Amino acid sequence: MKNLFQIHGMKRLIALVLTFAIVQLLISANIINDYLQATMVTMFVNIILAVSLNLITGFTGQFSLGHAGFMSIGAYTCALITLRLSTTFGFVLGVFSGAAAAALIGFLVGLPTLRLRGDYLAIATLGMSEIIRITFLNLKITNGAAGLNGIPQFVNWIWLFIFTVGTIWMISNFLKSSHGRACISIREDEIAAEAMGINTTKYKVMAFVIGAFFAGIAGALYASYFYFLKPDLFGFLKSIDILVIVVLGGMGSISGSILAAILLALISTYLQAFPEIRMILYSLMLIIIMIFRPQGLMGSKEVSFTIFRKIGKGFNFKKGRV
Amino acid sequence: MDQFLQQIINGVSLGSIYALIALGYTMVYGIINLINFAHCDVYMVGAYVGYFCMTVLHIGVFWSLLIAMLICAALGVAIEKIAYKPLRNAPRITVLITAIGVSLLLEYGMMFFVKANPRSYPPITGPLESKIIGSQFTFGNITISMQQVLILVITIILSVALQLVIKKTKIGKAMRAVSLDRDAAELMGINVNTTISFTFGLGSALAGAAGVLVGIYYNSINPLMGVLPGLKAFVAAVFGGIGIIPGALIGGYFIGAVEVFVSGAGFSMYRDGVVFAILILILIIKPSGLLGKNTREKV
Repeated sequence: MKNLFQIHGMKRLIALVLTFAIVQLLISANIINDYLQATMVTMFVNIILAVSLNLITGFTGQFSLGHAGFMSIGAYTCALITLRLSTTFGFVLGVFSGAAAAALIGFLVGLPTLRLRGDYLAIATLGMSEIIRITFLNLKITNGAAGLNGIPQFVNWIWLFIFTVGTIWMISNFLKSSHGRACISIREDEIAAEAMGINTTKYKVMAFVIGAFFAGIAGALYASYFYFLKPDLFGFLKSIDILVIVVLGGMGSISGSILAAILLALISTYLQAFPEIRMILYSLMLIIIMIFRPQGLMGSKEVSFTIFRKIGKGFNFKKGRV
Repeated sequence: MDQFLQQIINGVSLGSIYALIALGYTMVYGIINLINFAHCDVYMVGAYVGYFCMTVLHIGVFWSLLIAMLICAALGVAIEKIAYKPLRNAPRITVLITAIGVSLLLEYGMMFFVKANPRSYPPITGPLESKIIGSQFTFGNITISMQQVLILVITIILSVALQLVIKKTKIGKAMRAVSLDRDAAELMGINVNTTISFTFGLGSALAGAAGVLVGIYYNSINPLMGVLPGLKAFVAAVFGGIGIIPGALIGGYFIGAVEVFVSGAGFSMYRDGVVFAILILILIIKPSGLLGKNTREKV
């Protein structure tokens, strides 16, 4: 079985390297021009955001409406650092301190609020992200409502690829670990999980902090590509944007989030000129998905190399896991 | 001192609006445990209905208020029937996401039809109304406009009427029964669906009234006007103890006063932040709210 997963892993590696090489080729041949590249950056940033929110909302079952807040912390931290230290080292430092700052705030906010359930938590996280936005709006160092300008651009396809794949890899590995299983058990039934001896608060906070960390990375990448930041970019609607991706892809499916992020990026590129129609479409999509297919596109399934997955499942069933 | 009294008067007007919206949140939450995100947009629709009644149909203020309340009640019932009823037994997170969807649909649907730019409410016409609403009193340095009195009076009338409906009528008794225990109420022969629809209608009518009053008071409406007041009204409902009707009133006035005083102290940029900070504090210290009782979760 170990062997099997190695083949599986090899295939995945080859697919990744191929994707990377093909896009790199297209960029150097200028088939992916600057406009398409900007769309691609949005897409990949959204993938990171959606996967990290999926960890909190889809896998751990804690409904968070404040993901844009964490993203903005990462974005501002990275921007402020790279504005002063405009080197590649500064950029990497910026990304990781942005992520760390987001994780720290996530911890401070999560510890008290994660005792709340469902809708109370949603409102508390929404309030938290509004407070973060208002703080950025009033701080001197972030230049208030006018925002930060001329942030040095470091993000290119290589960085984007590394961070996106890194995020997906780390979060999916986390979910396969015993900690991840504990998180999933909280989603399934919090009381039962507690009865089985799982420290639910600890795991909820853990998922929240990890989600915030990667949202911070996404924000940092965003800041470093688009030169420009202002607090209004990270309002309630941004959180909803991320939520739509997670819901459409399926709460509890990482590949679903990736697919949905790509799909929605394509749709919004087409609807660029009609932002109102885009929001109407988004809202209708939310309602219709929730009424007719609450599990989203993928449910909690993952896309994979199907045949290997089937064999793998066979093994798992023999071991008595359902 | 004068400044203080003036702020209190302004706070009462703002608080009345929040209280009217918070009543709808609290009733809906009490009966189906749902934060009805779309509620704040019903309030926005109410403001627009009032606007169109006054500008296009040239109806007086009070009739416009009544029409806005009726249309909003119908809208609330329709939202419940279309979006929430199919999800009666779904997980709460599903219904919550649907509510957010409905809210966005109303906001951007409205924006599609009336465009995003704000509109200013028409001046009050009609011989009687303009005389009543246009005037204002001054006591020393304190000014009370008739609009502020109107807002307070209408809020009091509506909340007393609401209290009567809930305490004295048969449908009110049914509402209380359903919010206590839905299954038991159903077994007692109460039509749960009708009761829930009625609750939505009642709450939405109040939100519609709040919308028209805000239009008269602040004179400017736009399709996204409901978002922030909606959230603050929700904070008010949580502050007073969600599901408890007097709690929503107390919370509404409290939040209104806090906001006015924070602005008055020169921190108007932070006033929204303060309200949300209050929310997080309440949720940490006493999640059941000011008037709420702690309930133990049963397995």
